[in-house]
Order: sequence, then structure tokens, then C-alpha cells
Amino acid sequence: MEQFFGFALPGVPYGCTYALVAVCLVLTYQATGVFNFAFGAQAFASAFVFTWLTQYHGWSGWEAFLVSVVALGPLLGWAFDRLLFRHISNANSTAKMVCSLALLVGIPSLLPVIFGPQNLDATTTILPFFNPNVVYFTIAGTPINGIYLATISVTIVVLILLTILLRYTSLGLQMRAAVESRRLVQLDGVNANGVVAIAWIVSSFMASLAGVLLAPVFGAFNSDDFVTLTVTAIAAAAWALLRSMPIAAGVAVLIGVATTVLQGYIPPDSFWNAAVVPSIPFLAIAAALLILPGMRNLDASRDPLATIDPPPPPIAATTRAPSMNRIIRVLWWALFAAFCVSMLTWMPVAWATVFNNGLTYSIVLLSITLITGMAGQLSLCQATLAGVGAFTAAQLANHLGLNLLIGGLVGAALAAAVAVVLALLSLRLKGLGLALMTLAAALLFDATFFNSTSITGGPEGVSIQAKWLGTHAFFNFDGHAMFLLSISVLIVAVVVVLLVRKGTVGRNLAAMRGSETATAGLGVNPTWQRIMVFALSGAIAGIGGLLHSLEQQVVSPTDWNADISLVLVVLVVTTSVTTVEGAIQAGIGFFVTEQILTTVLPARIGASSLTVVLFAFGALTYASHPEGVLEYQKRKGTARFERLFFAREAESEELKAHAISTSAANG
Amino acid sequence: MADVEPLLRLKAVCKSFGGIQAVHSISFNVAAGESVGLVGPNGAGKTTLFNCVCGQLRPESGDIVFDGTLLEGLPTYKRARLGIGRTYQRVEVFTDMSVRDHLMVAERSRRGEGRLWRDLLNLSKPTKDEMERVHATLELVGITQLADTSVNALGLGNCRLVELARALAAEPKILLADEPSSGLDLHETAEVAAVLRTVQRERGTAVLLVEHDLSMVAEVVDRTVVMDLGSMLAEGTFDEVMANALVRDAYLGQVGLK
Repeated sequence: MEQFFGFALPGVPYGCTYALVAVCLVLTYQATGVFNFAFGAQAFASAFVFTWLTQYHGWSGWEAFLVSVVALGPLLGWAFDRLLFRHISNANSTAKMVCSLALLVGIPSLLPVIFGPQNLDATTTILPFFNPNVVYFTIAGTPINGIYLATISVTIVVLILLTILLRYTSLGLQMRAAVESRRLVQLDGVNANGVVAIAWIVSSFMASLAGVLLAPVFGAFNSDDFVTLTVTAIAAAAWALLRSMPIAAGVAVLIGVATTVLQGYIPPDSFWNAAVVPSIPFLAIAAALLILPGMRNLDASRDPLATIDPPPPPIAATTRAPSMNRIIRVLWWALFAAFCVSMLTWMPVAWATVFNNGLTYSIVLLSITLITGMAGQLSLCQATLAGVGAFTAAQLANHLGLNLLIGGLVGAALAAAVAVVLALLSLRLKGLGLALMTLAAALLFDATFFNSTSITGGPEGVSIQAKWLGTHAFFNFDGHAMFLLSISVLIVAVVVVLLVRKGTVGRNLAAMRGSETATAGLGVNPTWQRIMVFALSGAIAGIGGLLHSLEQQVVSPTDWNADISLVLVVLVVTTSVTTVEGAIQAGIGFFVTEQILTTVLPARIGASSLTVVLFAFGALTYASHPEGVLEYQKRKGTARFERLFFAREAESEELKAHAISTSAANG
Repeated sequence: MADVEPLLRLKAVCKSFGGIQAVHSISFNVAAGESVGLVGPNGAGKTTLFNCVCGQLRPESGDIVFDGTLLEGLPTYKRARLGIGRTYQRVEVFTDMSVRDHLMVAERSRRGEGRLWRDLLNLSKPTKDEMERVHATLELVGITQLADTSVNALGLGNCRLVELARALAAEPKILLADEPSSGLDLHETAEVAAVLRTVQRERGTAVLLVEHDLSMVAEVVDRTVVMDLGSMLAEGTFDEVMANALVRDAYLGQVGLK
């Protein structure tokens, strides 16, 4: 028993920090309807600033605490609400999720841009009377030092205060009412925006607190630890059905304890220690989603006033005057021809590489166009599927001598199979539930298959050898082979997506987006439609993954981890997730922007990080313009252009539309 | 002469939510081509019964047999393929889609199409026959002029008509219409009633109509079933049930039907 406690007690401080963030997730979801993936990033930001101030500027723990937690935490929460989430309170759950994902991706990338790369070592605790280096007492042979005491005591005090606030104050009641319908609460004379702002401020304060508490528990400062924090908190919040704070806190502590107990009992150098222990939070999320019926309808709209919102605008291409469409089509073909000729003739190697990267990324992004743009579901594991395709092809070439491109087809089939398994596992899930399930799958792959040296060749990845592609005459890396291959596959992928979109399956998916109940009521099997689109999306991602790795000449696990899945979603959502050109613009735009920033900015400011930040900020506009920033600009530009040059035609189209709507109104 | 098997047979169907008995031992039949009204005050369990028939809810006990097939365990889409069509109390339209596309979804489903390989080989273009059938249904419901309009641009009344047209495009053997006149004005209600009569007479489609507008019920149905608090109060012709004292008490209160 003493050994058990010896293993269990070190898990309590971890569990306490997880509990703080889990409670933040529940509080924010209950008060605002936003499932804020970014709390982990907020915790990271506060811990980063706290450690930076104490380590490099000699501030005391208290002073740094005041700035990084008391000031920065609430400020971030207030800013998120005031500048972003308040304006999208009536948006659908996907829009809110995308915005929080953009923050999750953007904040950690923004910090190195502001502060430069840092080598931080977190050792200071926030409470000066708990010295991290002093063992105050021992329980079951486990020394309890200042870090333990600071973490546990702060967590307990904060949770008690929060419980009092929510249970015994009218503010708590108003917060619960605001999530049902902010507009209805306002009709009752409550300042709903103020109530929600307080929820954001309180929860952000707690996230910041969790960050600075967690940093010294881990000892070294590592952003991956904050991913673990987020994921574990998500698992705990899921088991609490995003409703009960005590359950969320309890499950969080339980996961913290279970992790250290398993770590203690399982031999440290065994496969199980490497694979199972890090997978506990992901398994906990998946289990909650599969077992708890309440997780299936998380984002069903509860606002009785939801129907007063205007419908989203149609995409630009459907509203343009026919002559304008013809001109644009010709211009696109001219641009495409000029691009191909340039790539085959004068394009410098550095820029050719940039465009090839963009083309191959576009293929992966097209898989998101299928899932999110057409099926209306958010998948957060598309990079994982791309990685499955790439690693399968590389290992088949390495061990069986199969040509890499033929292996790519096998890889695509395997990626499709993985996607089908995911679709089957998440049959009853949609919206937030599906996003969480796919995120759990991505993280599980990171912790298991992508962490296995026999599959990925370790963190460096598997280098692609020229002989895997056949003779030099067949595939010449130094020539235009990569471009020709990428552009050909991209064209095929675009045609596939367009055919599906205008075909029966595309129409059924569009119908399911509107009402799955009514679609099933017409005899359409929603399960089968979803499986088909997942499979196709997985196959496209798998092929795109192989081609991108081929361009890099290495298949690396860091290219296809869960973080990249989130970045991919943010990229394509920024441009347009509903159109194929959106995926292509996002793919090429990302690498072109990165190349330009690398050229013009000093190396201290990471161009790659800044590019992610720029796209993340772009994705924040998703809720206002769910069609994408570029698509929105395209629509505005089209309208302006038409007013100038096609006034008569546009006018006649407008008159026609008016006549239709008038006759419709007259029945 | 042997008894003709009814198209839809409900036998002692029960459904409860927690401690509330939403549907309690409901039994009645609907013959092929017959039009039956299902009326009762709010909370009587009419929509719950519809959900049990369509497979959105699973009854705790009782049998539902449609066209000789016991529906127990069948998912919604399989019941629809057997020939059960439905409109919804709360309008369920496919946002962003045009009216014509709504009907195309139903038409394709009726034909059992939806294979991915056909899409990938570009074999999924609407055929002339499909377009003609869709046009005929639009004409029947009287919304031809809205064919290319997005439902986002339509009001509630027109959305109800789109829903009705979509259900009819699937050519069901029975149409379960859940308060089709809700939100419609008098003129539109009369149009919907006329459409329901037409599909019953000309296509032989059976209709099970849930409706609060009793004048519409009287106009459309051959027979009426009255429910209250989950139980069946009465069954008979419209005039018979409305003359029933229990019905007048439970459903109409002391006012009665003039």
C-alpha cells in the first residue's frame, strides 16, 4: 500500500493543475457555449511570461505572478470575449471551435515572435512561503515539497471560491442562463455581455494560474507539457459532460494520479510505458465520447432565437454575372498556364520548392474541404491520415522494395481505412464530439505509432532514397519530376472533389448539413454517406502526405503530428473551406508567405511561427465570414468590379432575382 | 372475404420519457390510400407517435407493422425506403440548398442512387426523367416558381411547402404530415389541404395528418383518431369523434366545435 501511495501522491499536483483547466473548460462552455481549446495555450503564455520574468529579469515569484496571472490572464480573457467571442455568440459551434483552435495554434507561435526563442527553466513557485527546495513533510514515503503544497492549496482555494460564486450568487445563475440564449437573457434585463465577460475573465485567470503552477511541477519548460494539460483537461471535462465542475475536477485528479501510478508500476523501458501511459488522456476522451450519450448532442442549438439570424451568404462564384464568370475562368486558365510554364522554365529552385510544397500541401488541405466544407464536420486528424499514407509508402519501399509511388496508393488505402474506423467510432458524434474524437485519435497516433522508431525512424524520420522511386530517368529530383507529379495529382484531386460535390453524394452531404433527420427520413443512409466521405478524405490526405514528404525528401513524424492537423484546419478555414480554390490558395499561400517573411525578416523572428500567427489571425474571422477571408474579399471585389463594368448585366440579374423573390413572397 | 392487411398497423405502442408516459398503448390502423387525422391537444403524444413510426424514437413496447413488415429495429432511412414519408412539426429544410435540389435528394434516394463511383465517373448528372418528375411534384405543390431559389430566402410558409414537396418527391406509400398548416395563412392552408387530397386520390398515397386546424382536418381526412395525454380517446369519422363527450371535454374544453 505504501508503494501505491508512493506512486499516487506525485500525481496529485499534476491532477490539480489539470483540474483547474478542466473547470475553466466547463465554466466557459456553460457560460458562453464556447469550447475553448486555447486554455492550454493561455496557460502556456502565462507560464512563459512568468518564467521569463523570474529567470531573466530577477523578479520575485509574487511580482511575476501579479503580471503573468493576475494581470495577463484576465486581460487575455477579456480580450478574447470583447474582441472575438462576443461577436460570434450566435455563430454555430464549428465557427466557435475554429476560433478557439486558431488561438490554440496562434498564441504559442506568437510568443517566440515577440520574445524571440527562449531557453526557459521553470523552478520558481508563486507562493513565497512554500519553498520548492524544502521538504515540509513525508506521506507514505513521498516527500512533500513546496511545489506540491503550493499547487494543491491554491487549487483547493480557487475551486471553493468558484463553487461559491456559481452556486450561491445571482451572477452564477445568470451565467447558466446566458449559455441558453444570450439574447433571451438580455430581454429579461440582464447585462448578458457583462456576465459572459466575467466568465471569460475568471476562467482565463484560472488557466493562467494552472500554467504557472504546472511549469515548476514539470521542472523544465516545454510546450508539449501544456498540450498534455489541455488534452487531460478536455478528457476530464468530457467525463463531466461539460456540465459538472466537481466531476471535472475529480476526474482530472484521477487521471493525474492514474498516470503516475501506471508509470510507477510499468517498467520504465517497456513498450507499455512508452505507449500506454501518454495515451491515458486520449483514451479517456475517446471512452467518454463513446460511452456517455450526453456527449453526442453537445452542440445542438438551444437558442430559441437562433432562427432570426440571417443565412450565410452564397459563395462568390454563384452570384457573379455570367460575363464576369467567363472572364474569371479565362484569367484562371491564363494564370495556370503561366504558372506551369514558369515552373518548367525560369523559376529559381528555391521558389520552385516553395510552390511544390504548396501544391502538395494543397492536396492534403483538399481532404479538409471534403470533410469540413462538404460534410460540415470538423476533423482534427487530417495530418495524421497524411502521415499514415507517407509512412506506409516509406516502410513498404524500405522493407519490401516497393516503388514509393505504388506504395503511396497502398498508403492512401490504409489512410482511408483508418478514416473509416474513425468514422465508425464516431457514428453518433458530430460537431464538437467529432472534433474531440478525431483530436484524440491524432494524439493517440502521436503517442503510439508515430512515436515508434520502427515505424517512423525516430524523431528525425525516414529519409527517402532515390532508388525507391525507380530509375533516375523515371523520377529525377533535380528536374521537374516533382512539379509534374504534384500538379497532376492535385488536378486529379480537385476533379474528384468537384465531381463528388456536384454528384449525388455531395448533394446528400449538403442535405445532411441542413438536417440529418430529414435526410434520413428520405431514405438516405447518413452513416454510409459519412463513411464514404471519410474514406475519400483519408485517401486524399494519405496521397498528399506522401507527396509532401517526397518533396521534403524525408517522412518525419513532426510533419504530421496533431499540432499540424490543427494548423491545417486553420490554414484552409482562413481562405475558404467550401471551395477547392480555397484549399489551393491556403496551401500555396502558406509557403509563399513563409518564404517572403524568411527573406525580409531577421532570423530572430521565426518566419514559420509568424506565418502560422498570420493565418491564425485570419482564421479568427471565420465566424464573421464562414466562407473564408479570401472568399469574402472575392465576393466584395466581384461586386465592386461588376458595379463598374457590368452594371447593366448585374442590374438585370438583380431585377430577375427581385422578380423571383417578389413572386415567391406572393405565393 | 379475407380481411385486407392495413398499410400501417399500430398495436399497443408505448413510449415514455423518464416518468412521463408520452404514448400509452396506442392501437389503430391506416389502410392503403386512406386519410386519417390524428388530433389532440398539445402534449397528447402525436409527434412522439410519429417519431416512433419513423424510427427517430424506439417504442418500449408494442408493434408497428408497415406494409407487412415489422418495423422494430429498422433505422429511419430503411423505413423511408419502405415508403414512409414525413414532414416535420419544426420545419426541417436543407439550408443553403435550392428547392429543386431538395427534391433531387428525395428523387435520387427513391431510385436508390448515391454511389460514390457514379459521382467519380461523372454519371450523376440529373436525367431528363428526374427533372420531369421533380417539376411535376413542384407543380403539384404549386411552387414551380421557387425551383431555383435557395430555401434561405424563403419564409416559413414556403418552407413548409418545400418540405411537403420533398416528402412527396420520394413517392411514399404513406405520408405522415406533422402540422403542415402551422405558420401558414388561410390561403396557403387551403392549398396544402388540396395537395393532400390530390395525392391521396390521384396517387393513392395514404395520409396520416397531425393538425390543430380542425377545419383542415375535416376537409382532408376520412377518419379521425383523437389522443390526449398519450392515450387514445376516440376513433371514427370526424363528425363522430367531435360529437364524443370525452373528446369535447379533453380537447375542446367547454367551448365545443361550432
